[in-house]
Amino acid sequence: MKVMNIVVCVKQIPDPATPGSLDPSTNALKRDGKLILDDSDAYGVEMALQLVTAAGGGEVSIVSMAPNGETSGMRTALAMGAIRGVLVSDPALAGSDALTTAKVLAAAVQKLGMPDLVIAATESTDGYTGTVPEQIAEVLGLPSVTFAKKVKVDGGVLKINRQTEAGYDEVECPLPALVSVTAGVVEPRYPSFKGIMDAKKKEIVTVTATDLGVSPVGWSGAGQKVSSVTQAEARQAGQVIEDDGEAFNKIVAFLETLKVI
Amino acid sequence: MTVNNIWVFAQGSNGTITSFTAELLTKARSLTPNVSAFVAGDGAGLAEALGKFGAKKVYSTGDLGGRFAGVAAASTMQALIAGGDKPDLILFPQNYDGRDTIARLSVKLGVTVLTNSVDIVVNGDEVVATTPIFGGNVLFAAAFTGSGPHLASFRPKSFAAEECSGAPAEVVTVTVPDTGKTAAAKVMVVHVEETSGPKLDEANIVVAGGRGLGESQNFAMVEELSKLLHAAPGASRAIVDAGWVPYSYQVGQTGKVVKPSLYIAAGISGATQHMVGMKGSKNIIAINKDKEAPIFAVADLGIVGDLHKVLPKLIAALKARG
Repeated sequence: MKVMNIVVCVKQIPDPATPGSLDPSTNALKRDGKLILDDSDAYGVEMALQLVTAAGGGEVSIVSMAPNGETSGMRTALAMGAIRGVLVSDPALAGSDALTTAKVLAAAVQKLGMPDLVIAATESTDGYTGTVPEQIAEVLGLPSVTFAKKVKVDGGVLKINRQTEAGYDEVECPLPALVSVTAGVVEPRYPSFKGIMDAKKKEIVTVTATDLGVSPVGWSGAGQKVSSVTQAEARQAGQVIEDDGEAFNKIVAFLETLKVI
Repeated sequence: MTVNNIWVFAQGSNGTITSFTAELLTKARSLTPNVSAFVAGDGAGLAEALGKFGAKKVYSTGDLGGRFAGVAAASTMQALIAGGDKPDLILFPQNYDGRDTIARLSVKLGVTVLTNSVDIVVNGDEVVATTPIFGGNVLFAAAFTGSGPHLASFRPKSFAAEECSGAPAEVVTVTVPDTGKTAAAKVMVVHVEETSGPKLDEANIVVAGGRGLGESQNFAMVEELSKLLHAAPGASRAIVDAGWVPYSYQVGQTGKVVKPSLYIAAGISGATQHMVGMKGSKNIIAINKDKEAPIFAVADLGIVGDLHKVLPKLIAALKARG
């Protein structure tokens, strides 16, 4: 039986329930304070756990990058069942662009030893550059299948349904490979109480970008600089009414003024 | 760096280019007359359509035989650039193949990417791309530093497409280099999920449903109202994730961006990721039982109420008009 070793790239983000903001001095997205596991990544962790179970053996590890030493989001992934984590934490990473992020995460994956499969979310909730997974694949020299909405492994070959504009494609790809998964690909489990307790004892190795040999990083490594930050023109709210049983008439009248009926 | 030579990652089939491609070509030729298209596939068949929107030249890889566009296009572009055919700027659509290609190419060239943009301007030596963040409330403009080619990707409908009646683009056949195992993924079967009526991203009216519908069979109300208004049915991410409707219905940041003249949101609260995809609609009607729902902040007409009561009455009233 072939065991599956999988590394999932996860992002720890500020709670999306609280509005995002920019650091006024640098115009970088603020990621201080408590960070949670990006919802998008819970799908990847769950997918990895299911693939390892289906293979009959193997391990799920996680890698993450954060300017401060925050690990609470990673603990959620460990509580779900991942076995260990590598956090690349380095104040110098602040301001890193997507390319640098991909180089750093690729180096972290290699530190764990090349797995059979690397999984990432299609895009993060807070940054949405949307290129990092494919960039990691290129740095690692791996084939990749992005936007996977169904994943299984059959005889050492990935069989994936990949979203397209028109529907989906059935794709085959040999291992090792990188897959980016969409939300809804699987139903993420809630960590059990035992899982949460066990997660506290699981190892998270913290390394710097320098330890991984990646430089330059942060603002100096980014091939871009902030030009301006402005408020977008806000759309004006119109009329809001409570339905008294006759509100549909207001809609009919509005449709008439628009000449669509 | 001045911009004298732009490539556009172009897509199309059966002699027709996508509206997205036409938009990017229109923008490109407003920056320089020297615009080329790059097609990961049969570019020759698109030469006429590309020329009409200002492409002077089209690089064509020919049929990829099931290989992904991302690796094939990026490695071919890299080879062209290494051979001295170097654009100052390459524009990509923010879609499946566009994203894969810009990502692969950025690593191959060691340059940054500016993605999810809605505008690009050249100010003397600076090339600046603008991206809306925080659900579009803030416009973040970033300038490329270092040498090109600069790589930028754009959201659909960022630019208006306009023909310029140019001659057919000159076809340059290019060979995809052997990239070994990175090209190992293969498309085996293509599935097209047919939807009836107008296409979601081209429809003049969109009727979209969300979690407020309660259960999957209630989406039938959205479909019925769509039919009556000759509209395209759409959906929030929540009910696509729940499996009620296919992904092709999804409106939002990870789905389709729509700008119809009328958008009707039924049972959609207006999460940031949804609003990004529909805020550009000319008129918005929202029906939601929660009067605090963010969707009401952008609605021209907001009905606070139970859509299970409002929609059947609205449908009946429209039917009565015949």
